[in-house]
Amino acid sequence: MIEIKHLSKTYGAGDDAPHALDDVSIDIADGDIMGIIGMSGAGKSTLVRCINLLERPSAGQIIVDGQDVTGLQGAALRAYRRRVAMIFQNFGLLAQKTVLANVCFPFLAANGKVTPENRDRALELLEMVDLKEKASSYPSQLSGGQQQRVAIARALACDPEYILCDEATSALDPASTNTILKLLRNINRATGVTVIVITHSMGVVEKICRNVAVLEHGRVVEQGSVADVFANPRSHAAQVLLERVDWDA
Amino acid sequence: MLSLSEFVAEYGGLLFEGTLNSLVMLVVPTLIAYVIGIALGVVLYLTAPGSLRPLPALNGVLGWVVNILRSFPFIVLMVAIIPLTRAIMGTISGIAGVIPPLVLSIAPFVARTVEQSLSEIPRSSVEAVEACGASIPRIVFSALLPETLPSLIRGAALTLIATLGYIAMAGAFGAGGLGDIAIRYGYYRYQTEVMIAAVVIIVVIVQVIQSTCDILARKVDHRSSNR
Repeated sequence: MIEIKHLSKTYGAGDDAPHALDDVSIDIADGDIMGIIGMSGAGKSTLVRCINLLERPSAGQIIVDGQDVTGLQGAALRAYRRRVAMIFQNFGLLAQKTVLANVCFPFLAANGKVTPENRDRALELLEMVDLKEKASSYPSQLSGGQQQRVAIARALACDPEYILCDEATSALDPASTNTILKLLRNINRATGVTVIVITHSMGVVEKICRNVAVLEHGRVVEQGSVADVFANPRSHAAQVLLERVDWDA
Repeated sequence: MLSLSEFVAEYGGLLFEGTLNSLVMLVVPTLIAYVIGIALGVVLYLTAPGSLRPLPALNGVLGWVVNILRSFPFIVLMVAIIPLTRAIMGTISGIAGVIPPLVLSIAPFVARTVEQSLSEIPRSSVEAVEACGASIPRIVFSALLPETLPSLIRGAALTLIATLGYIAMAGAFGAGGLGDIAIRYGYYRYQTEVMIAAVVIIVVIVQVIQSTCDILARKVDHRSSNR
């Protein structure tokens, strides 16, 4: 499980430096699909990027299965990152590599080479996301939804324990969004991988998440099960995100 | 006025030798400069603020060195480093004598083109490979440099053509080559047709470099689907 404890992130120094995150504490249970929702600028992307240490928190801790990962460096950091896969809003595929080579990249990162078994595994993953026939295409020849499915196959290549989704469906049309969300939910059911979903869409949370934390101005203003939060949103941010306030007020 | 066959008989050997010298002066220093320039460009990219290994002090010093070397007009640099050239090559004349100043002029230029090519790679692609747990050398050699190949090839066309200009200047200092021929025959001896022939050959070389690099860059570029 991931325990986020009193996490803060400020940019710049001094007491009045802007807080991207301010004393955020969230527990994410193994096997959960956890939504972290908020308006633009609420700090949700910063939070998810702190989890795999693409950004270093200014204060607080991230504890994964009892181990404090916040200060990891070098080889230990790289080994940790292989346990935590990430998918991005803009897919983050390498444009000069084929779909298959993109999915094989985590093997290359881990072992310095891609074995025939790795390639077979990558092809299996591509089959799972229904893109096996595109293995030798380049990302630019695919639609956005297809590119994101390649990114999901890449994320699964190293059998991660956690998948971080940073606005993974925000650049996609509703049909592609549904495909991606179903894929994530099915992977969660089949493998028990923990999925952490960053989004500004309550629709996404409603479809796949079990628990949700609402972020506003870098603070957690509400968290609980999706059923509870949807039934009785207490924070103003949650009410706005659920469109329970008069839009013209 | 000479006929074409008489012209070729009279000056063909000279122009052929000049072309060969120019090409050697073009290729050898550029290759050396690329080894240095790619390394320097990668370090500049990696150590920039917000990049993969921000090291402001190193980045600042390297940027400063690159800028200083690029500020020198080539002809001044050539003269200024005569002692260094003599120490390395044992001579300051001929092709050997222009290799050190050419390398020293081109390498910083290459470094900037490489740095610029690298910074065009989308941030999310770089972060994605970082999030895969790849080490910095792995990121550089397996992701960044392959991603930037088309841009590097276009940069190579720029570099080679700029170098051709430097070589013509170096010709005035006794290095030989087409620039030297154009100046000696055309300017000092009023043999305009020799100068024109030398210039035509230079123009052809420039065109060949540009076209070859354009075709190659398009061939290896998979970034856009409407090729």
